[in-house]
Amino acid sequence: MKIVGTPRRRVDGRAKVTGQTKFADDVVLPRMLHCKLLRASVPHARLVRIDASRATAHPGVHLVLTGNDFPIPYGILPVSQDEHALARDKVRFVGDPVAAVIARDEQTAFDALDLIDVEYEPLTTFADPEDSLANPTPRIHEYGDTGNVHKLVSLQFGDVEQALADADRVFEDIFFYQGNTHLPIEQHAAVAAKDPDGKLVLWSSTQTPHYVHRALAKTLEMPAAHIRVIATPNGGGFGGKSDPFNHEMVVAKAALLLDRPVKICLTREEVFYCHRGRHPVLMQFTTGMKKDGTIAGMHVKTLLDGGAYGSYGVASTFYTGALQTVTYHVPAYHFQGCRVFTNKPPCGPKRGHGTPQSRFGQEIQLDKIAEALTQDPAELRLRIVERPETLTANYLRVGTIGLSECIRRVTRAADWANTFRKLPHGRGVGLACSSYLSGAGLAIYWNDMPHSGVQLKLDRSGGVTAFCGATEIGQGSDDVLVACVAEVLGIDPLDIRPITGDTDLTPVDLGSYSSRVTLMMGNAAIQAAERARDLLADAVSRKLGVPRERLVFADRRVFDTEDPGKGVTFSDAVCLAEAAFGTIGTTGSYTPPKSAARFKGGGVGPSPTYSYSAAIVEVDVDPDSGWIHVPRVWIAHDIGRSINPVLVRGQVEGSVYMALGEALMEEQIFRRLPPRLSDALVHKFPSMLEYKSPTTLDMPEVFTELIENPDPRGPFGAKEVGQGPLLPVMPAIANAVYDAVGVRIDEVPITPEKILKALDAKAAGKAPRYGPSHFPDIPWPEPVRVAPPWEGGDGKAQDVGRQKEEGRSTAAKAVIRS
Amino acid sequence: MMRLPNFRFVAPTSVHQAAELLAASSGDTMLVAGGTDLLPNMKRRQQAPGTLVGVRHIAELRAISSGDGVTIGAGLTLTDVIRLRQGFGGQAREAYGALWQAAAQVATPQLRNMGTLGGNLCLDTRCNYYDQNYEWRKAIDFCMKKDGETCWVAPSSPKCVAVSSTDTAPALLALGASVTLVSANGTRQIALSDMYRNDGIHYLTRQRSEILTSVHVPRLDGWRSVYWKLRRRGAFDFPVLSVAAAAKIAKDGTVEAARIVLGAVASRPVEAPAEAIAALVGRPLTDDLISEVAERAAQPSRPLDNTDFTLVWRKRMTKFFVSYALKELRGDDMRARRLKVSRQELL
Repeated sequence: MKIVGTPRRRVDGRAKVTGQTKFADDVVLPRMLHCKLLRASVPHARLVRIDASRATAHPGVHLVLTGNDFPIPYGILPVSQDEHALARDKVRFVGDPVAAVIARDEQTAFDALDLIDVEYEPLTTFADPEDSLANPTPRIHEYGDTGNVHKLVSLQFGDVEQALADADRVFEDIFFYQGNTHLPIEQHAAVAAKDPDGKLVLWSSTQTPHYVHRALAKTLEMPAAHIRVIATPNGGGFGGKSDPFNHEMVVAKAALLLDRPVKICLTREEVFYCHRGRHPVLMQFTTGMKKDGTIAGMHVKTLLDGGAYGSYGVASTFYTGALQTVTYHVPAYHFQGCRVFTNKPPCGPKRGHGTPQSRFGQEIQLDKIAEALTQDPAELRLRIVERPETLTANYLRVGTIGLSECIRRVTRAADWANTFRKLPHGRGVGLACSSYLSGAGLAIYWNDMPHSGVQLKLDRSGGVTAFCGATEIGQGSDDVLVACVAEVLGIDPLDIRPITGDTDLTPVDLGSYSSRVTLMMGNAAIQAAERARDLLADAVSRKLGVPRERLVFADRRVFDTEDPGKGVTFSDAVCLAEAAFGTIGTTGSYTPPKSAARFKGGGVGPSPTYSYSAAIVEVDVDPDSGWIHVPRVWIAHDIGRSINPVLVRGQVEGSVYMALGEALMEEQIFRRLPPRLSDALVHKFPSMLEYKSPTTLDMPEVFTELIENPDPRGPFGAKEVGQGPLLPVMPAIANAVYDAVGVRIDEVPITPEKILKALDAKAAGKAPRYGPSHFPDIPWPEPVRVAPPWEGGDGKAQDVGRQKEEGRSTAAKAVIRS
Repeated sequence: MMRLPNFRFVAPTSVHQAAELLAASSGDTMLVAGGTDLLPNMKRRQQAPGTLVGVRHIAELRAISSGDGVTIGAGLTLTDVIRLRQGFGGQAREAYGALWQAAAQVATPQLRNMGTLGGNLCLDTRCNYYDQNYEWRKAIDFCMKKDGETCWVAPSSPKCVAVSSTDTAPALLALGASVTLVSANGTRQIALSDMYRNDGIHYLTRQRSEILTSVHVPRLDGWRSVYWKLRRRGAFDFPVLSVAAAAKIAKDGTVEAARIVLGAVASRPVEAPAEAIAALVGRPLTDDLISEVAERAAQPSRPLDNTDFTLVWRKRMTKFFVSYALKELRGDDMRARRLKVSRQELL
């Protein structure tokens, strides 16, 4: 292969480094107006009255919109259509949009916000998941499983109680993963305009133009064919731009009403209110181990603080329990998950979507288990790594697994054998592993159509245009698209123009989320390119009198492999094909394989294949102050095959960077004022200054190893890299802190204060630990019971009637709590 | 994005003109130099001056002179100030080390290229309830420092407890600096220490009509000084605790004179108690003495819950930071510690 695997300048690199890439806020149109949103200043209240008359009369104001203008709800998931572009009868968090002002400039719009009179009737506010669990009323939403519980899940694969009873040791641990946000450098922005035909065009910094397209058609009650959504290149997304958003609906409506372009560019504070970031998750892991160091069974409980809206929350809830089985062999598995509503900005998908939280718990618990069983944590993991090409207990079909090789590579690189438990007090190393999807197996809405489509247009000049709905969010999807096409057609990637993320021009791709683009778009691109190559090969074969099978496409030529001098240029090949067959255009598409899971809830977790990562982090902890410093990170990632190694390494390093932020400092947290004085519940610091995310100076040395073992399901063997490498870093840091100073920090962020508290506890003879110690009682539903494949299961839920045999031994084991 | 409110801008070309403008103005006129503090605050409507008097282009404010010590124009950027360490025949390098180390740790390179020494000395006090945009502050019904009545950090407090967050002030206080204030009515020189008040709202004794024109640092032969800053990250962040220390140490290691100043633990920089300094003078800097003095010097540290990190931990860190400073003054190799705490090498 000429292109795939070779480090290359990305196809959009020049435009980006020369500042010529047009982001949403760079879209400037004649007669354009500007929009600002009035957001709720109270956390939970009924909207009694909105009087916008003063704002409407303000000079320079063209329009004021309120909830009355948006009767139809929307939401990313069909089961959570719980958002309105502007609040209708109540507000649910400080920052919930209430009204919109469209004015001649931003300044005027901002000034007019203060002229809108809103009367609220305050309601009891829920800041904490346990509050929401304990108080079914007032309900934040009039839907959900019960009271303020949005979703309750219970899935059981095999008899976990029996497995725990039969285990030699049972470990029970409780962990907490604090919420955090994506912090893309580009704030959300959108411009809407009515085109000369009266149709709507929306430019938006979105990861999912197809879903925005659907949401606009629904809320505006317009034919989707009259709406065009153009996803501008995103200045970072990380999951935070995957929902349809209020501001998109508002500018679209305003542009239609005013017949003038309308722009909105959110402030950083507003991005914190859009959120959809990492759910805070409290979790309990109960794991039974056998003497030989293998897992007997596992029971995981999670409690997610969902914030004020559904967003992707139902999927997030399932994800906290989905991938535990994909890394290590778990013969019996029980997952219970609960998501509650609170009066805070809605949580949703952030890089790793729902899985980093439970990965954190699982990998720390394994470290504790290894110590209790006096085993090396790397060797313990190597013993229990799931086998390739298997079906897990919860019916996830695992393809190639490079995890063992990842572990071997990082332990060698970091000299694990001579460092783990051998460094001087204050210094330590920790290991953790992970896995992630290469694309979700199911679309957000139920359908049988492809998940990604690519169209190619071949020009007589030898140029190729590649059309795909995928969105360039900085990850390099445009580059992957052209690389796949260039490889098949034997031309230079820069000969190909990618046209992406435009619902009028490009075939549907579901969007840049769930690490799906490389695998799905890549396979679609290869199919389209192969179809084009076949046409060209036919024509060239006829012209040269060389059998098709002997033709090679490389170096912008099509030639005889046995006589390389005999051939035509690529552009001549296109001309020959066009003369023979007419205009040359081909399509390709990709649909993931059907999932083996056929039970309710089995839609979250399946993927064509999974990536694997292992990381070792070195820490330096000052025992006096708890100050923590990370000098080095080693990380190995099972990529299958690198399409462009520069981008792959960039994603790995970027993941490490984001992971360090989550592990050490980032917190999306909220402040209540003294209750006798105020009902306020506000984001503690919605600013890039006080929401602490690492700077370049805080970045350690990162040593990246790529495991290239092509997976036949991926394009040229490629798997994902955008999210997976984030996952092992947080638990590896926690494990390294334990190695350094002998205390467990069972939550993130791992701050100096928490380390010092744990050291104080240790010095006082108490448990050398900082973290939660209690998991609340939750009214779990009867589990959906599914027999694992090795017990003759077929992926379907079992009949409830014959589920439980009587008289089983459930004698409680000695449970090791920490 | 957030926009600046409308204001009138005047750009005098001399200190005299600027002073006249201030004298003639009503109460809503403010000075602006680099604007790195004021302009973001204006976007958040923490300040809404009707008129800004820009002093960035007044050459007099960028003058530097040496003689009995050095006089540094308040209009020099922090980047300029850092560059000065090479000057004065190298003699200032160690004696004024605290100033260079403090200036080098303000914000980021871009902000240091704009922000001035005078601006950093007059930096608005900071608080997590105050450094928020208008809508946020409205959601808590505002606070005592701007538009409200209650101090949400300490609801029973009669005065604002916003935090002095300047890096250069503790350093210059440790150097015994004084400042020159010019108004239409005349010029006065005061000890820098006298420019500050422990009140989050009225944190400066400088009159609104006065312009801080220069900083004078006395000649400090045989002195060394250092600055240690606690913050979460290696850049951007304001201090949540800082320690500036200066000492004159005899060849035999005996401390002849010393000053220790704490930053970011009150609404003004706080000088260490006299007994802490008295304990130092006349004795060599042994580990035991350093521990003892660190405990004493940390006594006045009273952080509150209005910055990054918890107040209990910040209080607890004070003595460690004093000891780092004293060890560095003693001549210990603190580079590894610096790298871990500051995430950069400092000069």
